[in-house]
Amino acid sequence: MLAAKLLGWVLLGLVRLLTGAQARWWGCPPKAEQRIYFANHQSHLDLVMIWAALPEELRSITRPIAARDYWANTPMKRWITTEVFNAIYVERGGTPAPAEAGAPPPDPMAPLQPLIEALKSGDSIIIFPEGTRGHTGEPQKFKSGLFTLAQMFPDVVLVPAWIDNVQRVMPKGEIVPVPILCSVTFGAPIALAPGEERRAFLDRAREAVIALRHV
Amino acid sequence: MNAFLRNLSPTHQVAALFFIVFGVLTLVSIVTLLVGLRERRNAAHGEAWLREFADFRALLRTTWFMAVVFWIGWALGPGVATLLFALIAFFALREFITLSPTRRGDHRSLILAFFVVLPVQFMLVATARFDLFTVFIPVYVFIAIPVVSALANDPSQFLERNAKLQWGIMVCVYGMSHVPALLLLSFPGYEGKSAFLVFFLVFVVQTCMVVQHLIARRFAYLPPDEADVARRGIVGRWLARKPFAPHVSRSFNWASWGLGMAIASVVGAAMSFITPFKFGQALAMALIACVAGSMGHLVMKALKRDRGIPNWGQKGVGVTGANGLLDRVDALCFAAPVFFHSVRWYFGL
Repeated sequence: MLAAKLLGWVLLGLVRLLTGAQARWWGCPPKAEQRIYFANHQSHLDLVMIWAALPEELRSITRPIAARDYWANTPMKRWITTEVFNAIYVERGGTPAPAEAGAPPPDPMAPLQPLIEALKSGDSIIIFPEGTRGHTGEPQKFKSGLFTLAQMFPDVVLVPAWIDNVQRVMPKGEIVPVPILCSVTFGAPIALAPGEERRAFLDRAREAVIALRHV
Repeated sequence: MNAFLRNLSPTHQVAALFFIVFGVLTLVSIVTLLVGLRERRNAAHGEAWLREFADFRALLRTTWFMAVVFWIGWALGPGVATLLFALIAFFALREFITLSPTRRGDHRSLILAFFVVLPVQFMLVATARFDLFTVFIPVYVFIAIPVVSALANDPSQFLERNAKLQWGIMVCVYGMSHVPALLLLSFPGYEGKSAFLVFFLVFVVQTCMVVQHLIARRFAYLPPDEADVARRGIVGRWLARKPFAPHVSRSFNWASWGLGMAIASVVGAAMSFITPFKFGQALAMALIACVAGSMGHLVMKALKRDRGIPNWGQKGVGVTGANGLLDRVDALCFAAPVFFHSVRWYFGL
């Protein structure tokens, strides 16, 4: 427990030294209500970045999502993700995008189960609806998990976030990060409109994230 | 008074200097606080005045911070001072690189710059290896960086990318490393008082920048048909010149530049009693530092305009504390190496 706290501080210091870990609360104040933060995904460090950008009081009640195949493949990484970040593991590629004709995928709930449990217990969560890291600046199409969660938990506030510059700190394939200032911009919350279609909502959510890029 | 100061030991003299600096700062802060309180009770000034007041308070906070940092650096010895300037160089380089787009192929070169070049350069300073530290970056690093970039197998914009990185290292690391290096210059009969030399350089360059900034603020250029030009008087009309290079800086003209140089040099000359220089030498050295510093500031402005930004730092909003650092130290980064080498050459140290 103490070791995890200590490592948390060290990591926080390191992230601040490398990236500044700047949080810009542009569309909403940092507040201890139950929230789903959804952000663009460019680097493995996104998770660490958004964790470091949150204020101390929110950090303990906000659980980031970590891909099991990357963050649990060594004992050290597994220990950091569970003890320091208090992360929720998800299987990558678990939720395939629904087919054109609207036929529901086999079991859309299975990969979301850990997230549902976290939300039920009252925690806030951080998700990356693109599913995987993008190569270009533009985020890819959002996967349907965000829509499902918004339907199931209508009282949870949906906050879009744009993570800027992190891909330059540690590009795909590199292991040593370089110091470059990064920021996380939190936008105005969005909500699922009554009777709104899945695709329309997901596109709107993606637009809300992209719109934060230039504010 | 002067005789009393001269009879003190070097340590006491430096302590007295800090005593005076902190005393002046405290006085200014108290006055600012009182003015702010009076203003809050019955507002007598407009919005523009309030904005300038807020600017001034920010400047005062920065000055306090820098003074405390210098004091800690001096109190804990040259090793800590060098470490301090290494940190400033690190933050300045981080800002520079953030705003100069790099590509994936630059990653290894960036690692080299931040984690090898910067520590080695300041280590060379701390161990007083003058002959190596003056050539380490311009000779060895400038050859090593393109090699690492070439090995990254990305030829697009090769020269441009390398130039950016090398220029960043030159300004932020090489330039900044010459400030603590002043602590190690050994003038005969001046042992233990090198902190004064750093103070002299920083103070003179800062005076020059502040004077120019104030003149530019007060006597902004207006087209000649404006009615209030007549009301400005001879001095006002003489100082409100057309900007010389308006695409780079809207406030730079030779008249205000010259005045800034003159005032800062005289201030420098007046401070000659704390330096190893005679009056005339102090005047010349202050002038050299100010010319290099203000011209360097202009160069950095050109770089900022090229990037389309008003200030270094991330998108204007500062919570990291490192934002806009480069704006404050860029003049020093240019002045320090020129000052250092002029002193070494002239005094044959």
